[in-house]
Amino acid sequence: MEPGEGTLGRLLVAHHVSRRAFLRFCSAMAAALALPPMYAPRIARALDVAQRVPVIWLEGQDCAGNTEGFLRASHPTVADLVLEILSVDYHETLMAPAGTAAERSRSDTVGAFPGAYIAVVEGGIPVAEGGVYCAIGGRSFRSIVEEVCGGALATIAVGTCAYDGGLPGANGGPTEAVGVSAIVPGKTIINLPGCPMNVQNLTATIVHYLTFGTFPAVDSRGRPTFAYGQLLHDQCERRAHFDAGEYVLGWGDEGHRKGWCLYKMGCKGPETFANCPTVRFNDRTSWPVKAGHGCVGCTMPRFWDQMSPFYRRLSNPPGFAVDVTADEVGLAFVGAVTGLTVIHGAASYARARRARASDEAISRPAGGPAGGPPPSGDGRPEVA
Amino acid sequence: MTRLVIDPITRIEGHLRIEVEASNGAVTDAWSAGTMFRGLELVLRGRDPRDAWVFAQRACGVCTTVHALASVRAVENALELTIPANARIIRNLIAGIQFVQDHVIHFYHLHALDWVDVVSALSADPAKTADLAESISPYPDSSVSYFRAVRDRLEAFTATGQLGPFANGYWGHPAYRLTPEANLLAVAHYLAALEWQRNVIRIQALLGGKNPHPQTYVVGGMAIGIDPNSPTALTMRRLSEVAQLIDEARTFVDQVYLPDVMAVAGFYKDWAGIGAGIGNYMSYGDFPLGDPTDPRTFYLPRGIVMGRDLGAVLPVDHAKVAESVAHSWYAYSDGDATPHHPWKGETQPAYAGPPLPYESLEWHDKYSWLKAPRYDGQPMEVGPLARMLVAYASGHPEVREAVDDALRALGVGPEALFSTLGRVAARAIETSLIAARLEEWLCDLEANLRTGDLAVADASRWDPSTWPAHAEGFGMVEAPRGSLGHWVVIDDQAITNYQLVVPSTWNGSPRDAAGRRGAWEEALVGTPLADPQRPVEILRTIHSFDPCLACAVHVYDPLRGTSTTVTVG
Ligand code: SF4
Repeated sequence: MEPGEGTLGRLLVAHHVSRRAFLRFCSAMAAALALPPMYAPRIARALDVAQRVPVIWLEGQDCAGNTEGFLRASHPTVADLVLEILSVDYHETLMAPAGTAAERSRSDTVGAFPGAYIAVVEGGIPVAEGGVYCAIGGRSFRSIVEEVCGGALATIAVGTCAYDGGLPGANGGPTEAVGVSAIVPGKTIINLPGCPMNVQNLTATIVHYLTFGTFPAVDSRGRPTFAYGQLLHDQCERRAHFDAGEYVLGWGDEGHRKGWCLYKMGCKGPETFANCPTVRFNDRTSWPVKAGHGCVGCTMPRFWDQMSPFYRRLSNPPGFAVDVTADEVGLAFVGAVTGLTVIHGAASYARARRARASDEAISRPAGGPAGGPPPSGDGRPEVA
Repeated sequence: MTRLVIDPITRIEGHLRIEVEASNGAVTDAWSAGTMFRGLELVLRGRDPRDAWVFAQRACGVCTTVHALASVRAVENALELTIPANARIIRNLIAGIQFVQDHVIHFYHLHALDWVDVVSALSADPAKTADLAESISPYPDSSVSYFRAVRDRLEAFTATGQLGPFANGYWGHPAYRLTPEANLLAVAHYLAALEWQRNVIRIQALLGGKNPHPQTYVVGGMAIGIDPNSPTALTMRRLSEVAQLIDEARTFVDQVYLPDVMAVAGFYKDWAGIGAGIGNYMSYGDFPLGDPTDPRTFYLPRGIVMGRDLGAVLPVDHAKVAESVAHSWYAYSDGDATPHHPWKGETQPAYAGPPLPYESLEWHDKYSWLKAPRYDGQPMEVGPLARMLVAYASGHPEVREAVDDALRALGVGPEALFSTLGRVAARAIETSLIAARLEEWLCDLEANLRTGDLAVADASRWDPSTWPAHAEGFGMVEAPRGSLGHWVVIDDQAITNYQLVVPSTWNGSPRDAAGRRGAWEEALVGTPLADPQRPVEILRTIHSFDPCLACAVHVYDPLRGTSTTVTVG
């Protein structure tokens, strides 16, 4: 098929990106989405004719970490092309105009593409005291989210703050920060929690939409199952050490140097659903456990309170106390050694299992003492 | 007299509103207001001090890593811990590449569009652009076909009619002065820098697991196994990958960023006389090359230059830092008249502005989510210019040479540094100096490893039962945007007070109880305005500070019921 005017296909030709590099990108996307390899050509065909989708990227109570993550979008020659299939019409950190000219960029898109633009929201939305804790152009951020997300094709909530209020919504925070779902319930919302989210998951979500005309399957909390359907612990390259009882006991000790399991240093991988070990960060360079520090569970609901203290070991890691079966452990091991290669049927079976486990894992009551949990002192019972 | 409102100020981190009064084509007064508050200091109370850096790092995702560093330093100071040499050097490398990458992003992606007219680049001659590029730099990507491809790409982009982030820019504004060729060169490097930054910051992924928000800090050192003989640890092979990225970083800085800044500066020399600001410059200093608790070992020195006097460098004593809330939306329990040292700091939000939505803020009383830090009662400017001036006045040989070279190339004297253009140049000079040091620091790390020293953390205080019942600490850092301090109070193993005094709070500070403007407000006074409806000149000066508001939050104050208020942008 001849790529059409203004499409990604045409841009690829214009930028002398080889067809092979493009197809490689499409295969990587299929893998990230846990689709069988035969979907890669379908993705390629869809992207060939895709038109640029308008995007309004809103920032509320944020640190711009997801924006920075977005800038690290990692597929070398194709990354900026992926950005070019979007038309990022409003993004405070990147856009040229300021003040009313900036606001015009936003309202133009809302008006010209009703129901046809994607809203991306980064940061919490404070609802206390009429929204005075985040004002933009004299308006409450909440009113902007209501307007922009209310009229969007879909909203992608990037990062944990936009997912459930995140850091400003943690115990002790006075602003009553909430996530997008609490502001525009009933709208199509894709949640990509993480602190910040992994940009690979954002790219894959958008590619899925451009390819199939729908957003990827999500769990009951709006998280795509391709990214949040599996326990991190089941994909971790240190898992064999966990199973063998080989643990890091101090920073820089022999186990730490040999890459042993970080469970006893507080790793939250056994209770965290995320694909960090397989997609990793920064062009697949690394992820926290690979570098030597435990997972802090940043993709999980209310993780600032539920997963801290970060250095206190979990009392109840799956594999010892809950229902992870041997064949699931075996599958996860295959997943870990083959990286992004996913065996479709088996993987979706495992995903369905894990999604259930995920919903159970997060149904623990939120809360804890006001002002944050007590310091650890490592008072929990030993398990291993 | 006209009052202008610019809200949001874009191409920054965070939410900033600027209001100015202007007459006869220039700004006569200015107020700046951060309009977002999160409550991080309150969230930290009651937590495990060893966790604090994970929370504090989220103060900012743009200057990621620096708050993590300030936090572990503060807790280490409270617990009297000294980190091992390997941890010191790894921290320097992570912070160093942060400076380099962040400064380049700031210039090309956050600041350049105030100086570079993207639309004008469409009419550039690629051959002349290549000539220009070759006249200022040996950088290999300078062929006619390279620049033609960039121009074609820009043309194809604009032909779609969807201008994305470039829509509604101030294109064609009379204050833009670059030739079409210089504009095309800058646009080409805007795109090149986008690719470059993504790659070189992988150093933080190699040493920190990921970026933004690397995750290998721990109180006492770094959570990264080092072992030349273990493939899962930091090995010589991974260090050689770091070395290669350092090389790429330095090449781009010296062959693209620095020459571009000097070339652009040549078109805007009048901006060496605009935007001076308050004239007090402070640097905490950073990059310890020896004992990390001894500022005399720092690569960039600690000190204060007062009143633009480069003849004297005054010492810095953290006890002289205090924050006022006289014009900020907070309440102190003993009233707002007395500033508080951060150990006695309070964060009690007390919004006193108009209900939302509002057209104009109230300037007479409290008007900002930013507190007003003062040093010994005086407002300070912090950031790359402050660091370079303190180093210059301290007689730092490399800084003196680099600054003098730049001044000579532009044909201006040292007084030109006290300006909007001075901030832009100082940032680029600093980037080049730090990029040059990274390789040395990496060699230091390798040399240390060869001695068999594999220690990465002092674990003697890891167990909270070893802590005193009460401890206070402070951590000072030079962040890309300036002097950053965290202060922590620990009682019975938990945080009882945590205060951040961040660069953009110093620079974006509201007026203090004595009515003195903060650095941004002061720097805006006198800024010319060719077209008040399109105030690109205000953006130039504000962006020259590289504002970063998420951690800083706010400035402001107006006169009620005055003249026309025009909301512009
Ligand atoms: S506990 Fe953490 S480090 Fe250990 S295997 Fe699980 S995820 Fe990996």
